[in-house]
Amino acid sequence: MSEQAAPRILAEQVSEQTFLERLNARNRRGKIGQIFFFSANVIALLALIVLLGHVTNQSIGLVILRNTVDPASLSDRPLEELSAEELAAILVEQMGGRARVLIRDELSQVPVNQFTTAPMSVALNGRSYPSEYADATINDVPPEGWAAILVANFGAADLRDMLIDNVVKPTVDASWPLIQSLTQRSEIETIAREKYPDDILEFHSWINLDFITSSVSSSATTAGLRTALLGSFWIISITAVTALIVGVSAAIYLEEYSSGSRIEQLIEINIRNLAAIPSVIYGMLGLAVFVRTLGAFTSGAVLGVTDSNGRTVMSAGLTLALLILPLLIVNAQEAIRAVPSSIREASYGLGATKWQTVARQVLPAALPGILTGVILSLSRAVGETAPLLVVGASTFIGIDPNGPFSKFTVVPIQIFQWTADPKPEFKNVAAAAIIALLIVMILMNGTAIILRNRLSRRT
Amino acid sequence: MAQEMSLSSPAVGVRIPLAERMAAETGREASLNRRPRFAERAIGLFLFACGALSILTTVGFTIVLGSEALRFFATMEWLNANKQTTAAVTAADSRLTVGTGGSTIQVGDMLRLGIGDSAEQVRVVEVAEAETLVVERGVDGTQAIDHTVNTPMFVGVQVTLDKFLTDTKWAPQIGRFGIMELVIPTLVITIIAMVVSIPLGLGAAVYIAEYATPRVRGILKPILEILAGIPTVVYGYFALTFITPLLQAIFGLNVKVYNMASAGIVVGILIIPTISSIGEDALRAVPRALREASYGLGATKLETVYKVLLPAALSGIVAAVILGFSRAVGETMIVLIASGAGPNLTVNPFDSAETMAGHIARISTGDLSFGSIDYNSVFAVGLTLFIMTLLLNFASTLVTRRFREVYQ
Repeated sequence: MSEQAAPRILAEQVSEQTFLERLNARNRRGKIGQIFFFSANVIALLALIVLLGHVTNQSIGLVILRNTVDPASLSDRPLEELSAEELAAILVEQMGGRARVLIRDELSQVPVNQFTTAPMSVALNGRSYPSEYADATINDVPPEGWAAILVANFGAADLRDMLIDNVVKPTVDASWPLIQSLTQRSEIETIAREKYPDDILEFHSWINLDFITSSVSSSATTAGLRTALLGSFWIISITAVTALIVGVSAAIYLEEYSSGSRIEQLIEINIRNLAAIPSVIYGMLGLAVFVRTLGAFTSGAVLGVTDSNGRTVMSAGLTLALLILPLLIVNAQEAIRAVPSSIREASYGLGATKWQTVARQVLPAALPGILTGVILSLSRAVGETAPLLVVGASTFIGIDPNGPFSKFTVVPIQIFQWTADPKPEFKNVAAAAIIALLIVMILMNGTAIILRNRLSRRT
Repeated sequence: MAQEMSLSSPAVGVRIPLAERMAAETGREASLNRRPRFAERAIGLFLFACGALSILTTVGFTIVLGSEALRFFATMEWLNANKQTTAAVTAADSRLTVGTGGSTIQVGDMLRLGIGDSAEQVRVVEVAEAETLVVERGVDGTQAIDHTVNTPMFVGVQVTLDKFLTDTKWAPQIGRFGIMELVIPTLVITIIAMVVSIPLGLGAAVYIAEYATPRVRGILKPILEILAGIPTVVYGYFALTFITPLLQAIFGLNVKVYNMASAGIVVGILIIPTISSIGEDALRAVPRALREASYGLGATKLETVYKVLLPAALSGIVAAVILGFSRAVGETMIVLIASGAGPNLTVNPFDSAETMAGHIARISTGDLSFGSIDYNSVFAVGLTLFIMTLLLNFASTLVTRRFREVYQ
């Protein structure tokens, strides 16, 4: 009874010294906690720095090159100075009959087994060729004709790449990343002298102008990114047009027209759910819907295109558009919501209709925000790989895409293929492609930021 | 009144309808009825259609994945028996002579003779000798027809849900359809990723929301955003060419070139920003008063964080973790590049194995012919992945709704 009546002791009585000790311990723990939370950020930053550093490190460095044929023996002038005609002549002279195979692989429009029997007007339909060979098959065309066909279709730069690929055939025997190349140069030189006495040891930047402008190749030193860059460009154009129209319209509807009914709430929730679906599943949707069901449309068959099967730039662009729509709609909604309602009310007060208000007042005011959102979503689309693998990117194409119904490959897929290539030097090529991709993305994001700053200052 | 006065009324105090006055002034029939604006309606409808497209996308997902997966479960998958008929068969024959190699045929098996639309299906009634089968001809609506010698044969396999969930091997080409061989590695990689990303992501979130000055926040947040913006294929490259050699240097040669650990670690780095940004929003939503009350009672900052803020923001933090989990489950390129190119039922993080998403991407690369075993089975995997991520997203929404502490 008496115990219950006694006042509850809220805090145990401690001496001042114990109190200070405990306080210090608590503060110490607080400090450790702060250090932990801070180091989480540092680790994230470190991961970013190491990632970028590693890629840079891989993209420049010493290589040991071996040429099957010494380029100096092909001509008394450097290859860079030769004209297209001279290069084609050397190519035909060095390759002999195999030059026909080269023409077939690079230019043929008919299946491989029909190439030798088809006249040039069929086999090279749509390509350039000297008119006197229109009715001749490739076997009837004399060697100087092969050279003429090559010159008619390719510029000097392409022909030089072909010459290097098919005749000079440089192979990389070994390569070192940048840091090793700088710190262990003498060891590397020793290895080069002992193991590869006939080879050339040189400092090679895997990312260079030739890399950007030449097309794919089976040799690491001449492999280039042009086809993939063009593919990315075409696909992103289609994605941009589709996603911009549909996404902004949807955002306008949800923000300006919606009355908050059930179906509209459903749309809102649905958009948020769509944003969380893995991108590879979007690829499967694209494969089943765009490639298969709408194949006649995406292959261009309805427009008379006959040489594709639905695995085209068009299908890829539409798939990516579906993928980025949720992100784009949410961004555009935020931009539209940020327009003060006084602007709308003033417009209605002057007798404007709903659409007049939206088109002449709300959209111009929301434009910077919308554009920023669009560019950021597109920059995500540029880096997407998985859905395009599923939709059916071509694994190795040397022909540049030239329209919505072409076969395609894109930069990230090219990076994936080079990374997966068993030859180690292709890891360096992949690193160079990664740098190119990151530069494209930085440019896009930079544009978005500048656009946002510039346009928002004006309004 | 003042408004009416300004329009020149014929007689003060006499109210004439506005429409009539406008008609008198302009000389045209005027109506104040709302004019039908067809263009406005059409634009409104178009905008609605664009909004509804998102619903259509979801319906598309359901129909496409559902129907393709249904076909996988409902119809027979035809495996190449690696056998041919060794003698010609007429439509009336009930005996087949077949080669000895290839699959073992048992009584009750369904066989398909030939390729394409003209293929005939037969049911094995009796295996007379090793090379002779007694069969029931033209079953399942196919026609009994003549077959030449060396007609290729296919064995029918019915995939049941039971087999799908309990078999331990995923090899559609030889008739094994155990999804667990893909699900278990998916979970292993996801758990590794969560072990990396939960402490780092939440730590970053707490620091940015509670400790950082506005200037430091202005530096840290963009860094996390850049981390989130790097394409996954680049992370894949990083995992294969940097993390894997690092792991091999630390743990020795039992680390395979393709392994789940390096993929998991890098997926973890990838989802740090997801967890940190949602977690930070959740922490910021906790009202100032709670912090101040805690400080007022003499709590240190750390004590405030883990005794007041984290419990108060728990729903948001759990939602962030679930979303991160769902991203890790669906991550494709990193696992495709770094973790291996074949299904493998293992929980050893240093072994190579394949996740569901990675398997889909690998099988679909190149030309996947429609209706093939690979095509159908890949859609079954896709549906499983889709359902898993959908459930996770649903759980995250539920957690946010159910356990949200509302402060007002």
